Parts: sequence; C-alpha cells; structure tokens
Amino acid sequence: MSEMQDYQSSLSDATSRKFETFSYLPAMDHARIRKQVEYIVSRGWNPAIEHTEPENAFDHYWYMWKLPMFGESDADAILAEAEACHQAHPEHHVRLIGYDKLKQSQGVSMVIYRGPIKA
Amino acid sequence: MAVKTYSAGVKDYRETYWMPEYTPADTDILAVFKITPQPGVPREEAAAAVAAESSTGTWTTVWTDLLTDLDYYKGRAYKIEDVPGHDDQFYAFIAYPIDLFEEGSVVNVFTSLVGNVFGFKAVRGLRLEDVRFPIAYVMTCGGPPHGIQVERDIMNKYGRPLLGCTIKPKLGLSAKNYGRAVYECLRGGLDFTKDDENVNSQPFMRWKQRFDFVIEAINKAEAETGERKGHYLNVTAPTPEEMYKRADYAKEIGAPIIMHDFITGGFCANTGLANWCRDNGVLLHIHRAMHAVIDRTPNHGIHFRVLTKILRLSGGDHLHTGTVVGKLEGDRAATLGWIDLLRERFIKEDRSRGIFFDQDWGSMPGAFAVASGGIHVWHMPALVAIFGDDAVLQFGGGTLGHPWGNAAGAAANRVALEACVEARNEGRQLEKDGKEILAAAAKSSPELKAAMETWKEIKFEFDTIDKLDVAHK
Repeated sequence: MSEMQDYQSSLSDATSRKFETFSYLPAMDHARIRKQVEYIVSRGWNPAIEHTEPENAFDHYWYMWKLPMFGESDADAILAEAEACHQAHPEHHVRLIGYDKLKQSQGVSMVIYRGPIKA
Repeated sequence: MAVKTYSAGVKDYRETYWMPEYTPADTDILAVFKITPQPGVPREEAAAAVAAESSTGTWTTVWTDLLTDLDYYKGRAYKIEDVPGHDDQFYAFIAYPIDLFEEGSVVNVFTSLVGNVFGFKAVRGLRLEDVRFPIAYVMTCGGPPHGIQVERDIMNKYGRPLLGCTIKPKLGLSAKNYGRAVYECLRGGLDFTKDDENVNSQPFMRWKQRFDFVIEAINKAEAETGERKGHYLNVTAPTPEEMYKRADYAKEIGAPIIMHDFITGGFCANTGLANWCRDNGVLLHIHRAMHAVIDRTPNHGIHFRVLTKILRLSGGDHLHTGTVVGKLEGDRAATLGWIDLLRERFIKEDRSRGIFFDQDWGSMPGAFAVASGGIHVWHMPALVAIFGDDAVLQFGGGTLGHPWGNAAGAAANRVALEACVEARNEGRQLEKDGKEILAAAAKSSPELKAAMETWKEIKFEFDTIDKLDVAHK
C-alpha cells in the first residue's frame, strides 16, 4: 500500500481551481481533443467555442467566440476555430461545447486550452 | 332500455367486473396485477374480484348501487395472461376510468389501486406489476420540480454523470464533524454529498446546526475548486409544518438542493414538497427508504417500476434506482427498464425489461437516476456503461474509506469517472477495457492508484431474489 499523501488544495493556491468535466485529468494533447470533437460530430451536436479569464470561470456565462458552428462536421475546421480563439486570448480558458438541441442541453463541455490561473 | 331492479345478496364478481370484450380507452388508467389465487378460485373470478375491490365494489350488493352508473365507474378486468414459469399465477389486466381519481393525486390513485385489495381473502398473493398512466392524467401532476436539463444548467455539469457520496457513519457525528466530512468530499472533486436517510434532527445533531456547518463546507469547497457544489439536506420531518420550516431555512442559507424520503415521509408530503421546490428554485433529491418492504417479494406487493412512476408524478429531481453492480438488489434488465421510466419521455412496452405498457410522459421532465450502495472505483466502467450520463453515482464507503481520507477518495472517483467518460466518447467498450482505462488514469493520479489497491478484491455476487418472470428452461 502506498504511503499516505496529503491532498494538495487550498484557497491560496490558485492551481486548485478546476473547471468541470475532464479538469481532473491531465491536459489533453491534440489527438485526444480531436477524438472528443469527433464524438460531438458523430452525435449530431452543434460545436461551439467559449472563453473566459480564469478568475471568472465560475460564472455561468463565458464569452462566446463567434456563434456556435451549426451543422459543422469537419473536425479540423472546429479545431481551427478553437485555436483561433486561443491565439486571440492566450491567457484565457477556452472551452469546447457540443450543444444537444434535442435535450436542450450540452452533451459535451470541456476546457481544451487552460489559461494561467492567478486567483 | 331495461331498468335494473334491486336484489340483495352476494353475486359473483365476474358477472359485473370481468369484461374480456372491453377495449381500454386512451384515457383509462391501466394496471396489471400478478395474482396467486386461493385454490379453487377461477382466474376470471379472482381477476374480477381485484377489479371490484380496487374500484367501486364491495362484498355485497347495496341499493345505492342503483343510484349511479356503476357500469361506467367500475374497474374492468379485461385480459388474463399466464405468468411465464409459474403455473399457479396469472397476470390480470384491469382498466379504470379516469374520473375514478382526483387529478394530480398519486395519493388517491394508489389508495384505490392497492388500498384494500391486498388483504383480500380470495387471493393468496397479489403484486401490482405495472400501471399505465394516460397522458391526460400525467398532465394533471406536477412531476419533477426541475428535471435533468434544468439541474445541469443550475449546477453547470455537462457531458458526464454526477458524483455523490453519503456521509458516514450514518448516525452519531456532531454537526461540525459532519460538515468536515462534507467539505473534504467536495474539495476533492465530488459534485454532491448526501445526508443519510435516517439523518433528520436527532439529539446528537439537530438539523439547524447541520445545515449551518454544511453550507459553510459547500461555500468553501466552491471557492477552493471553482466548481458548483451541493449537499442533499434531508428535510424529512415528523410533520409537514416542520418539513417546510427546514426547507425554508435551507433556501434562506443558499442550499441548492434538499432531500426527502418519499415512502416513509408519504406521497402527500412529497408532492407538497416538490411543489415547494418548483416555486422556490431548490432541487429535490429523493430517497426510497422502506421500498424493499413493498417491492422485493415477487408474489406480493408493488413492483419498484410502479414506485418509480409514483415518484415521477409526485415529484423529485433524483431517485435512487439501485446500482445493478453493488451491494443492493437489482436485476439488470429490470433496472434498465425503470431507469427509462424515470428519465425518458416515451417508454415502449418491453416485457424483456418488465415493462407491460407504453408510457407517455408528455412534457413532464425526467429525473436523474441515483446509483448508490456498495460501489467503488472498480465499478466505475460498468456504472458509466449501464447508466450513461443522466445519473448520480454515489460512492459512500467508496469515498470515505480511501486510505488517505475523503478528499483523496473523492479525487480518485472523479479521475476514474472522467477517464471512463473520455474512453466512452472515443468509442471504447468500458466493460471490456475498464481495467486498462483505470490503470492508465492511475498513472497520473496517486489517489486513484491507492483506491484501486484498496478495493481490488471486493465483489458482490449474490443472486437477485426478485427476478423477471421467465419461462422454465
């Protein structure tokens, strides 16, 4: 049995902040993100990109990057928009969303670029 | 038109209540009972007796029968079927006209359907297997206060099942120590923690202190993790007045979700509380204590799929459904059947899952299925495969029993969950590749690695007692 470890998390350590689904896994590389994009497309969901300052990540509303990409099924085109958003806002979290219009919900919502967290 | 004359005495039920020629109306409430008749009682007579005693009938003719149109109001036994594998039993299908029942009242429907008839001498055993609620009746009920979609938006949880944990020991902790256990779970990565069903307001921990310490734990964990958190504050109470008092206070301090036991608390209290939750924007978690007394015996009582329908009509945003894989009873196909009844909009008749009728819920929201009891990280791949996203997976001992404590236990479960969801989205077979998926995730999570070492050997492999009826092989 492994030796007992302390659980590292605190108010003063900004890196303790998480951002929901997949934020407890190590940041995904390009190939793994692409598979999640393909999942959105395969389910017929509408992809969308949003971003925010990391210190405002708790808010329900982040900034929309353009409009959701209705009907877009090209994974490369979707990833290119995410990359463009990241280039424009390199200090921000950028999240990928798959809107499920039948359930009026989001089937996927995951941060794919992690901004430096300061607060 | 022939006018009936009054003739006192006892006559066979089947003369009045057995109507094989009847075609059920779209507005009828339909019920199917599994009947084990007393020896010598014909099937038609037993079925008609159940129809009579669960609707208009009494044991003898009375003159006031002739003052109303009993042929309209009576329940009708309209079909009999063999029970596969049980020659001494049969299914009786009974149709009830919709105006036998008060609108929006599961209390009234079930006082009729299962009120007196279960003690009836002509039957040795009686089990209510399923009930079809017509859409016309469904629309008179409030249903879940918010439903799955609204809860996801409020809590900001998408694309995965939610994670919970029931705080243990069930009884005896002080409010401050209890809040500590809550805080540790939430900061480690759980979405929810939960009062156990019998945590109400005992001398060792009165409800108000519990609520106060728990809300501090929630607020601190939210600030620390940047994620939305909740704790099911159990407002089940001795009286409705006390229940509402606790619910009001939970709302006042900003609790996002409260909890109720819908069977011990009662359907009346539950429906009222669900309406209160809808009006006040507070989510409602429902526990099912006492259900096994009613639903576990195959030959007598009420099947859990019917209790599920009662809850969906009465109102709740979560309902415990069993885990299929943990320490509590639950046949897989039957469990999948009642999970659909809880979550989906339209459920087709499917005898292979124990569903006897099409059920249309119209616009009534669905509720989260809650899997809780005897589960740990090794069950995660199967749980994600079985339940999909619209579920709350609750690991009690599987969080609190982690060798490094609650926060590490919570983190282990969260990492395992996210790894399984990622793999599922990639098209991998979770129940086949589960071990590899968890092992890979553990490489970057010492908490998960320790959890996998702790619980590796634990299995629950007792056979289920209440199985679906299938023919002898």
